Amino acid sequence: MQKANSLRGGPDANGHFGIFGGRYVAETLMPPILAVERAYAEAKADPAFATELALYLESYVGRPSPLTFAGRLTDRCGGARIYLKREDLNHTGAHKVNNCIGQALLARRMGKRRIIAETGAGQHGVATATVCALFGLDCVIFMGATDIARQAPNVARMKLLGAEVRPVTAGAATLKDAMNDAMRDWVAHVEDTYYMIGTVAGPHPYPMMVRDFQTVIGDEARRQILAAEGRLPDSLVACIGGGSNAIGLFHPFLDDPSVRIIGVEAAGHGLASGRHAASLKGGRPGVLHGNRTYLLQNADGQIDEAHSISAGLDYPGIGPEHAWLHDIGRIDYVSATDDEALAAFMLTARLEGIIPALESAHALAWATGAAAGLGKDHVMVISLSGRGDKDLATVMDALGDGAPS
Amino acid sequence: MSRIAARFQALKAKGRAGLVTFVTAGDPDLVTSQAILDGLPAAGADLIELGMPFSDPMADGPAIQAASLRALRSGAGMQTTLEMVARFRRGDDSTPVVLMGYFNPIYVFGVERFCRDAAAAGVDGLIVVDLPPEEAAELTGPAGAVGLDVIVLTAPTTGEARLAQVLAEASGFVYYVSIAGVTGTASAGAEAIAAAVTRLRRHTSLPVAVGFGLRTAPQVAAVAKLADAAVVGSAIVERLAAGLDASGAAGPGLVDGVLALVRDLAAGIETGSCP
Repeated sequence: MQKANSLRGGPDANGHFGIFGGRYVAETLMPPILAVERAYAEAKADPAFATELALYLESYVGRPSPLTFAGRLTDRCGGARIYLKREDLNHTGAHKVNNCIGQALLARRMGKRRIIAETGAGQHGVATATVCALFGLDCVIFMGATDIARQAPNVARMKLLGAEVRPVTAGAATLKDAMNDAMRDWVAHVEDTYYMIGTVAGPHPYPMMVRDFQTVIGDEARRQILAAEGRLPDSLVACIGGGSNAIGLFHPFLDDPSVRIIGVEAAGHGLASGRHAASLKGGRPGVLHGNRTYLLQNADGQIDEAHSISAGLDYPGIGPEHAWLHDIGRIDYVSATDDEALAAFMLTARLEGIIPALESAHALAWATGAAAGLGKDHVMVISLSGRGDKDLATVMDALGDGAPS
Repeated sequence: MSRIAARFQALKAKGRAGLVTFVTAGDPDLVTSQAILDGLPAAGADLIELGMPFSDPMADGPAIQAASLRALRSGAGMQTTLEMVARFRRGDDSTPVVLMGYFNPIYVFGVERFCRDAAAAGVDGLIVVDLPPEEAAELTGPAGAVGLDVIVLTAPTTGEARLAQVLAEASGFVYYVSIAGVTGTASAGAEAIAAAVTRLRRHTSLPVAVGFGLRTAPQVAAVAKLADAAVVGSAIVERLAAGLDASGAAGPGLVDGVLALVRDLAAGIETGSCP
């Protein structure tokens, strides 16, 4: 049960956050999902697991990641004091690896030798391929054919790391289709295979487990901001696709009512255009990929294609805990368009010498827009969830004639 | 007595197993799909599974994925699926029709409204692939209230303790998924199926239907010796797809081709069955 006085106690024993979450999978997958749940509960109770995880996070990932005061961004915006939580400095360039290390250690405990994963932008695929190389596990990455075409550098990385990248041509051949095919593969290989889901979605226990592995972001940020400012921040901002970097930053602050929390969805060409990836603002509750959550869908319950310039946000759903936090009003969910994200991408590069991932640029877009209206004593922490090297081709293409000289 | 119970009782009296056929509602278009549905009983289908099209059929292989997309492109949806069953019932009041699909379209339609409308259309049972017992209460209540059976799936991965839990909620018949995989891919061996059916019968007195991976009349004949019914889906859907013309529309011999395959499969049932 969720503790009455805490928002951090969820989910319940069956993986529900309010009406969201759960385990909506075919019977063939229930036994392996229950096995993951049991194994994770045992690992969580085993101090040796936490010790080993902490060791890898420090010596391999490079944690703790810094909390950087963004002085020039702060001056330009003319309001809130802006701090950036630097997940872009992790090994592999994004927050995804935090979760992959944790799940790889779990898979190893379970004796599974073959790892499968889905990927959109390729960041989770690269992180998965990386930990599989590190731990000597076989690795198959499911990736939409459309995404393979627009994320060539990450495809090359995965192959270099020894992973097999399996193109998915069903549907629009993007992240949701890759997740469908990964689940189909798992059904057919339950004995030897572990499914390493990359975000806080999917059937229980994944939303809880991935959140737990990403909470290191918020735990560090809390210590770091207390050291830097001597107090809690006034606001937290993070981008949301499935929502794993966001929940990781937010979770340790959920019970601090003075901290305003803002999640930024991808508004694509604009919420009114119908070409966006904002599940909370533009979708409604439904069931997909093992959980109940907000989904982009039509009146008949058919899932719509999402659109975002950022492949990592290009997903028609959102993690069930976010759906719940939205409904109870603890977190404010807003959105930023492709164009706004591109402008923030440029701004952050020019003012801070940091090229952010296009995903993170959505958080920066909302935050830099809002910062001016906030007082100079307002302290804001933004999750810089990944670095933008992977996005250079997309950005140059989008800027076209307006490319910077 | 429900149509499902009556049909299994009649099959038992005849000393043979039943043939369960699967097609997706609205594949490749509503008119052709209705013609196939209406022709199935005469071709030898004892029970009919009608797929509710869904954009993301996670437990299905390529054949049924494609069928779902064809149906959606032709304008099929939950309402047209229920209307198809209602039209079928004007000519057939005895062949059980079971709707098979995924939970989201039902949830979005409204679970109670869906159960009420389905029962009114003449639907007899529901198979909702992604609704394990842990999540099924939301459907079993409203379905039971209007006399719809909720047919449970069991799999090779379902262990002994879990089997009891899964079967506690079962009604109509039990669907044994004979392979750990998606529809229309591998096929299980007769020995493995025999062992599984024996295990199921220790836990339930409901009829047992075996599906996933059955493609040919000899395979159906083999299963007919072991179980109460054999389910064929992907092979029928593939035959349908073979009857599409270059533009993806139904070719002239499509309906006859599908029904001819069903007649072959039904003949397999006759040769294979033993009391």
